[in-house]
Amino acid sequence: MYRYALMRVRNPAVAEDMVQETFLSALKARERFAGKSAEKTWLIGILKHKIIDHFRKSGREHPVDDINKEADHQDAFFDEQGHWNTEIAAWNRPGEALEKKQFWEIFSACISDLPAHLADLYILREINGMQSDEVCKVLNISTTNNMWVMLSRARMKIRRCLEARWFNAT
Amino acid sequence: MLSCKEVSKLVSQAQDRSLTLGERLSVRMHLLMCRMCRRYQKQLAFLTQAGRRFSHLSHAGAFTLTEKAKARMKQKLEEAAREQAETEPGD
Repeated sequence: MYRYALMRVRNPAVAEDMVQETFLSALKARERFAGKSAEKTWLIGILKHKIIDHFRKSGREHPVDDINKEADHQDAFFDEQGHWNTEIAAWNRPGEALEKKQFWEIFSACISDLPAHLADLYILREINGMQSDEVCKVLNISTTNNMWVMLSRARMKIRRCLEARWFNAT
Repeated sequence: MLSCKEVSKLVSQAQDRSLTLGERLSVRMHLLMCRMCRRYQKQLAFLTQAGRRFSHLSHAGAFTLTEKAKARMKQKLEEAAREQAETEPGD
């Protein structure tokens, strides 16, 4: 459960609090646990709600879609005609990377290195697999189009990070 | 003719929604001629796959609670259980 929370909120202290709150809520609501699902599934279900509440709260405090913030950065990948300005190199045996523990550490570090609002978005959408409209609601993103723009940036950055720290490094 | 920059955006959106027929055709035209964008597309698909796999992962050692944190949590829970037992006798 802790791992589940940490992979999503990216902050050990917050993740720990969430697991604790989940157990506390579970304790209070234990008569409602019908035994229909496995205990673990039930607990993860509570934890999921806590995580969404967490993002919702931070989404209210820091609305996410200031999409111009990194426009310059995105442009740095392309020249004035919109061509790539650095080589997009072929990746050597990406399938094998998925089997290596070290790859996952780098993958996780690359997500953490994103600006916080992109990381939250990337995690909810790509790791949690949350639906687009729900992601926008939770993170306070005003349009799906903005979400696509931001996701595209996040992916581009993660791609570059993986290339530098894994594919070119091995 | 789309630029690489535009194609990079559409290729990313293709992970989130179905592209329109027109978009699909223009992307395909571009990809036929552009090796870098072909790679980019392949690598984004890999990222999506990795993201899905990541959510199922259970072996990353850095992701476990420390003993100290576990003890802290246990104590809190025991307190809460006691409080609850006091407020709801007979439960």
